[in-house]
Amino acid sequence: MEAAVDPFIFRLTIFVLAIFVGYYVVWSVTPALHTPLMSVTNAISSVIIVGALIAAAPEGMSAAKILGFIAVILAAINIFGGFVVTQRMLQMFRKR
Amino acid sequence: MTGNLSALAYLIAGICFIMALRGLSHPESARRGNLYGMVGMVIAVLTTLAAPNVVGYELIILGLAIGGAIGTVVALKIQMTAMPQLVAAFHSLVGMAAVLVAAAAYNSPDAYGIGTPGDIKLASRIEMSLGAVIGAITFSGSVVAFAKLQELVGSAPLVFRGQHPLNLLIGVAMAVVGVSYCVTQSPEWFWVMIFLSFLIGVLLIIPIGGADMPVVVSVLNSYSGWAAAGIGFTLENSALIITGALVGSSGAILSYIMCRAMNRSFFNVILGGFGVEGGAQIARSDRAVKAGSAEDAGFILKSARSVIIVPGYGMAVAQAQHALREMTDKLKERGVLVRYAIHPVAGRMPGHMNVLLAEANVPYDEVAELEEINSDFSSTDVAFVIGANDVTNPAARTDSTSPIYGMPILDVEKAATVLFVKRSLSPGYAGIDNELFYKTNNMMLFGDAKKMLEGITQAL
Repeated sequence: MEAAVDPFIFRLTIFVLAIFVGYYVVWSVTPALHTPLMSVTNAISSVIIVGALIAAAPEGMSAAKILGFIAVILAAINIFGGFVVTQRMLQMFRKR
Repeated sequence: MTGNLSALAYLIAGICFIMALRGLSHPESARRGNLYGMVGMVIAVLTTLAAPNVVGYELIILGLAIGGAIGTVVALKIQMTAMPQLVAAFHSLVGMAAVLVAAAAYNSPDAYGIGTPGDIKLASRIEMSLGAVIGAITFSGSVVAFAKLQELVGSAPLVFRGQHPLNLLIGVAMAVVGVSYCVTQSPEWFWVMIFLSFLIGVLLIIPIGGADMPVVVSVLNSYSGWAAAGIGFTLENSALIITGALVGSSGAILSYIMCRAMNRSFFNVILGGFGVEGGAQIARSDRAVKAGSAEDAGFILKSARSVIIVPGYGMAVAQAQHALREMTDKLKERGVLVRYAIHPVAGRMPGHMNVLLAEANVPYDEVAELEEINSDFSSTDVAFVIGANDVTNPAARTDSTSPIYGMPILDVEKAATVLFVKRSLSPGYAGIDNELFYKTNNMMLFGDAKKMLEGITQAL
């Protein structure tokens, strides 16, 4: 039996595999949609909101809670703004 | 919700995000892809809210309501020509959110299960520092990019003596401070590290000029992803790690595509200063240029059988996309074959021109990329260039001393006639004269793009 693997290695595995997935998926994006690609990656990278939610979650007041609250606002702007503007753009791409 | 269950939910969210990007391979599947993205986000947020240590919902709901309202209103109101600024602004918010989350994790590590204040796990300290540093660079860099794109500051490169040594010095200082923080955990080092990151973000972007913004915006896109991934490691959250990796590689690929389209190395763009020296060296020639009026252009277009339109940033500045569409409608009524050719770096961000044409209801199957259409110019009657310059300059093929030598260009001069809408004979971003202006098959249409197009539409 080998020694136990640090959970960090599992996360690193996920990370590296996801980079490869990203590499192949993004190369298949049609150049015409590169602007929506940017706005949608913007929206999804705001999943960082999960970190903000945890900071804003405890009872009572603390410095971390204020930081979390501001981060929730910023990430929410991005999430709503990013998905809505992407949808707006994609609606405009129509066939002849 | 148990830990295992929420980990699975985050995995599903991550897969939804992959599907969101996958959808963008075609305009028809892209709308469904965007829905996947939204679903993934809802899953991630709900999973977090269901965690046992999430108890105070007031601020969360307030924050979501404020942010959601601002984001939605901005997204609905924004003009399509302002997309590059909007994306830069959004990048800055992701960067700032990463900094804030890292700071929150630093202040109350117990909430994240990475230790207690003053005693955070070493691995978490490193991950958190990386996330915070990249996030801070993303924030300040994007703010500068936004200011340049919005023309709050001049879009010309800002260069000064000792710029690169200064940046290098700050880079070294950041490394020292970062290591000091990871070793000592003292708050001073943490905040100095963040401050230096903000500073270097500004310094990195100021020497880069307006037309290199497609690369800058792509690079910042990539950074925002790496910042998210760094925070994802700290939070041990797979959705965040997956998304960070996706966005990071997406931005990196876009940067690569943009650099290749200019035949410049990544470092040549990032070190900046492009187009600063070139401007003065050309003796403005008094060679003959053929200039025409809207009526002349209308006459030429009327007798053409096929036309290829080449739009550039000038079309966006003049908001001329709708006027262009009206003109091409007239041409199509007369049975003229109309197509559009897009250079990868036309405009201020990747795909900028495609969005503007789509906004003006140009069907996407009439719009072609450089490789698809370049060989067709030789069999085309009229190439109609509007607001593009360097990307049509034959010097890229013929003059090995030119700064743009080797850059793939649209071969507009091979068309029987070239109509070139431009304000004046001033050089483009690269600061070099365009040989095309003096060719015998070229006619300059001097004036504001929108007015010129309306004039031509009248004449048709």
